[in-house]
Amino acid sequence: MDIDVKMTVNGKAVTGKVEPRTLLVQFIREHLRLTGTHVGCDTTQCGCCVVHVDGVAMKSCTMLAVQAEGRSVTTIEGLAAADGTLHPMQEAFREHHGLQCGFCTPGMVMMGVDIARRLPNADEKTVRHQLEGNICRCTGYQGIVEAIMDASAKMAAKA
Amino acid sequence: MHNFQYHRASDVNDAASKLSACDDPKLLAGGMTLLPTLKNRLAAPSDLIDLGNIAALKGIAVEGKEVVVRAMTPHAVVAASADVLKALPALASLAGNIGDPAVRHRGTIGGSVANSDPAADYPAACLGLDAVIETNKRKIAADDFFLGLFETALQEGEIITAVRFKVPDNAAYMKFRHPASGYAVVGVMVAKYGSKVRVAVTGAGPHAFRVTEMEKALEASFTPAAIANIKVSPEQLMGDIHCSAVYRSHLISVYARRAVEQMTK
Repeated sequence: MDIDVKMTVNGKAVTGKVEPRTLLVQFIREHLRLTGTHVGCDTTQCGCCVVHVDGVAMKSCTMLAVQAEGRSVTTIEGLAAADGTLHPMQEAFREHHGLQCGFCTPGMVMMGVDIARRLPNADEKTVRHQLEGNICRCTGYQGIVEAIMDASAKMAAKA
Repeated sequence: MHNFQYHRASDVNDAASKLSACDDPKLLAGGMTLLPTLKNRLAAPSDLIDLGNIAALKGIAVEGKEVVVRAMTPHAVVAASADVLKALPALASLAGNIGDPAVRHRGTIGGSVANSDPAADYPAACLGLDAVIETNKRKIAADDFFLGLFETALQEGEIITAVRFKVPDNAAYMKFRHPASGYAVVGVMVAKYGSKVRVAVTGAGPHAFRVTEMEKALEASFTPAAIANIKVSPEQLMGDIHCSAVYRSHLISVYARRAVEQMTK
């Protein structure tokens, strides 16, 4: 039996009818057609599906859509400003070339923002440790870590 | 994932009545173990009863010489709690090393304890810190709680509401962390209460357990040397793809020693 869900996604109120077993990531990608959030491993390990739920990073492949009822969800599509200006974390990923194929990037950026909020001005060791739930198979992480550290510093200075 | 009926519980009584009304229900806490289990079709409950909206099941309180962590409190909240960091830093550190940051934002203490995964961290904290597991029906001493592989003293219809830890004079948790999953290959919690010592091990056996021989030796002399020659027999430990029972036995001795070293530094 389908269930009605309503939540806020990227600032907009959305509703949908889902099976109880529908994952949040399926709801985001297949119902809302926001395909920036990726499914990598589907086993809570790779972090490609990280979104923010009430401002906190969570793996949307390991959460039911119905568990997000009434919550505020932010996906990669919701990070940039309305005029298209990139979020400082996105800008830093561009600047430091924190990606190659780009598959892990939405999750990396969303986790990067979460790290920057929780641990402003985190050092390299901390950032690497905090990224253990996000897997990249191309870059060797160097550019990603540099981007997160750079953006963290800029976000902390702005706050 | 097989489909199921979904119910959102408004409070603990509501969850309990839904539990008794459903055919083959499961409680949904953070879902960090349950949802992957359902995805793999290793379980097919008829109904999931979501505890996620029960505010009374969230939060941390220090009550005298006890730290009370309510069942639906996520690991990240325990790890960052000023109260826990002050009263029980070993527990904050344990919680902050479970899984990865996104998992710690959802995974809960109640879910972890109820599941009794042999490699979960919290069971070692419960046994090592002489915890009482509070449910909607009764209070269960941690010593009587973990009964087997994924098996606890919880009865049908019983819901964990909080875990009450006794604040020790000093404690340390040391863990050989599986590099991919973060689960404990072996984890050891050592805690000192006056002249009494508790040593609890997770990751090594079918469920978390205490090592009374080490406890007695440390009560006689609280030094790393006191337990240098004490081994847990591999016969009661698990061997698997990650390592043998003999190696786990070795790791228990090493990590117990490291915990004592940290406490005596």
